Amino acid sequence: MMFSKVEKKGLNTPLHKKKNSPKKIILKVFLYAFLIIHSIVVLFPVIWTIGSSLNPGDSLYSSTMFPKNPTFIHYKELFTKTDYPIWYMNTLKIAFMNMILSVILTSFTAYVLSRFKFKGKKLTLTAILVLQVFPSFLTLTAIYVLLMQLNLLNTHIGLVLFYAGAQIPGNTWIVKGYLDQIPRSLDEAARVDGASNFTTFTKIIVPLAKPIIVFLALTSFTGPWMDFIFQRLVLRTADKKTLAVGLLEMVTGQANTKFTTFAAGAILVAIPIVIIFTFIQKYIIEGLSAGAVKS
Amino acid sequence: MEKKKKTMLLSALFMGLGQIYNKQYTKGIAFMLIELIALINIPKFLKALWGLYTLGEVKFHYVNGKAVFDHSIFLMLQGLISVLLLLLLIFLYVYNIKDARDNAEKIEHKKISIHDKIDKMFPFIVLTPGLLSLMFLILLPIIFTVLVAFTNFSAPYHLPPRNLVDWVGFENFKDLFKMDIWSTTLKGTIKWTITWAFLATFTSYFGGLFLAMLINSAEVKLKKFWRSIFILPYAIPGLISMLVMRLMFSGPGIINDIIERIGFPRIDWLTEPINAKIVLVLINLWLGAPYFMALMTSILTNISRDLYESADIDGATGFHKFFHITLPLVFYSTAPMIIMSFAYNFNNFMLIYAVTDGGPVNPEYRYAGHTDLLISWIYKMTLDQQQYHMASVVTILIFLMIAPIVAFTFTRTRSFKEEDLIQ
Repeated sequence: MMFSKVEKKGLNTPLHKKKNSPKKIILKVFLYAFLIIHSIVVLFPVIWTIGSSLNPGDSLYSSTMFPKNPTFIHYKELFTKTDYPIWYMNTLKIAFMNMILSVILTSFTAYVLSRFKFKGKKLTLTAILVLQVFPSFLTLTAIYVLLMQLNLLNTHIGLVLFYAGAQIPGNTWIVKGYLDQIPRSLDEAARVDGASNFTTFTKIIVPLAKPIIVFLALTSFTGPWMDFIFQRLVLRTADKKTLAVGLLEMVTGQANTKFTTFAAGAILVAIPIVIIFTFIQKYIIEGLSAGAVKS
Repeated sequence: MEKKKKTMLLSALFMGLGQIYNKQYTKGIAFMLIELIALINIPKFLKALWGLYTLGEVKFHYVNGKAVFDHSIFLMLQGLISVLLLLLLIFLYVYNIKDARDNAEKIEHKKISIHDKIDKMFPFIVLTPGLLSLMFLILLPIIFTVLVAFTNFSAPYHLPPRNLVDWVGFENFKDLFKMDIWSTTLKGTIKWTITWAFLATFTSYFGGLFLAMLINSAEVKLKKFWRSIFILPYAIPGLISMLVMRLMFSGPGIINDIIERIGFPRIDWLTEPINAKIVLVLINLWLGAPYFMALMTSILTNISRDLYESADIDGATGFHKFFHITLPLVFYSTAPMIIMSFAYNFNNFMLIYAVTDGGPVNPEYRYAGHTDLLISWIYKMTLDQQQYHMASVVTILIFLMIAPIVAFTFTRTRSFKEEDLIQ
């Protein structure tokens, strides 16, 4: 491999134009111009939101991107004049519970589906996936009545049970795809040594499946932050309200009168998520491609 | 042989008897308890089935100042839950007989520790929550929605608890296709939904590919720096970005401020149908391209350099190399993601709801605006207008359109292919 590469390079050099020919410089200018313009397009809404949150006024009309006398008053107001801290705590609580429950349920289910044989498995798997397509919020009425029967309306537990249960089929599929790649000989060896299924899973599979489990944990942690449909349905009182519902109401509710406060609230939500995301970026990309075509 | 029949008969007579005869006491008692509970609840089951069949008979009225009524929708759901539970019971009943037979022959029972027993049951214990949630959180709501499509459950005259709901057969389907205002809305919305799903997927796919190639090209330094900036829209919670965009493009928003400063008139971004549609596609590009960029970066780096170098020797242009090497290879490994992305955009409710809310209003449509997708139309019918019957019909239509695509895609994924190796 190495040899052929070197040889080809040697052959190629005369064919190439000299470095820094005018054509190449123009190309480079274009490339960098585009990179910079695109960075501006990406960063513009972010900077605008940050700028707006520092504006002294309240409305969208009077706010500017770079305020003359920036102030943190809206951040202060979030904590003194609105229920923002309650929303934040509620959301954190739901996200955290959902993360733990989803990871446990899904990884175990995926393990069994990846390692055990039983009748009708393939058919069940396909059926699950096709049924998953059904738009989830159309199940609103049914879920509502179901939670009512179980006395779980207006509780965070009810919401989490629903989230964690409803994500099992779809996520199991992704995790199973990853587990299938881990050689079976490893767990068979453990079983020969007398390990139970449970130990095999926790001691052998989990360490090897770390990337996909991190992916699963992250997606189930961030999911509840932005779902307002079910949260609006299930959580009825102000003390149970979450960020998604609270922030949405700030913008769509009373004609943008609380615009700058919304901006501040949005920033405080985005920061932790972006930080988490940056740290485990590589797991996410691995997770995304776990379901890809077999090469 | 004789014993086998005897145990099976015992278990058929009353769940668990066969197991006890086989000296499996714990299992036997568990089965017996299940049957006992089921028997006690027979009146409840019958009532639930009656409810499902009639959807209630007592209209809302007051008796001595107290409201008396049948709630059709609750009855329907209770009926459905009962049907599912009955199916579960039948399954357990059959399993109980099979289990009795299988254990009849093993007369010499090895003493197994509880620990080993639990280990043997491991797959079943683990799969139970998944199966239950599949049944009650996915299957039950789906059957419920399908059933509602055959009722007149809607405001203002058939809304419980004030009124009863009735079964109406295929009336709703007929109305949707035959009644002008419904069929115009349906046709218009389907057309825009498909156009939208196609445009949204196409632009973000090639946008992502372009970004990935740009960063990957030899001329660009600081690759990691650019990549971390470009991935940002994927990391920021989607709803937040969408709401911010909505404000940016609104009448008094910053985009119009800039346009005015340059010397052009302000533009109605979100109140003009065509503009609103363009803005939606652009916002989706901003949100969606990073996902494909992240995906393709690893694919691009995996394409062997040799391919490009031999193409260079053959005197291929950059154009040629893109269409004959890069695109086919990338396309091959991302094909399922394209289809999934199409299905996702087809039902991209969040974006439409957060940015335009389906607006601007279209007077020719019933309960839908110019930019409403099928899914957001359903949302409006359900939550704003309480036209549950029509919403359910449209839901079934969406399902029929999207399910085959998804099923087809998934049979081609790694997860599914691997199955072939096992069976």
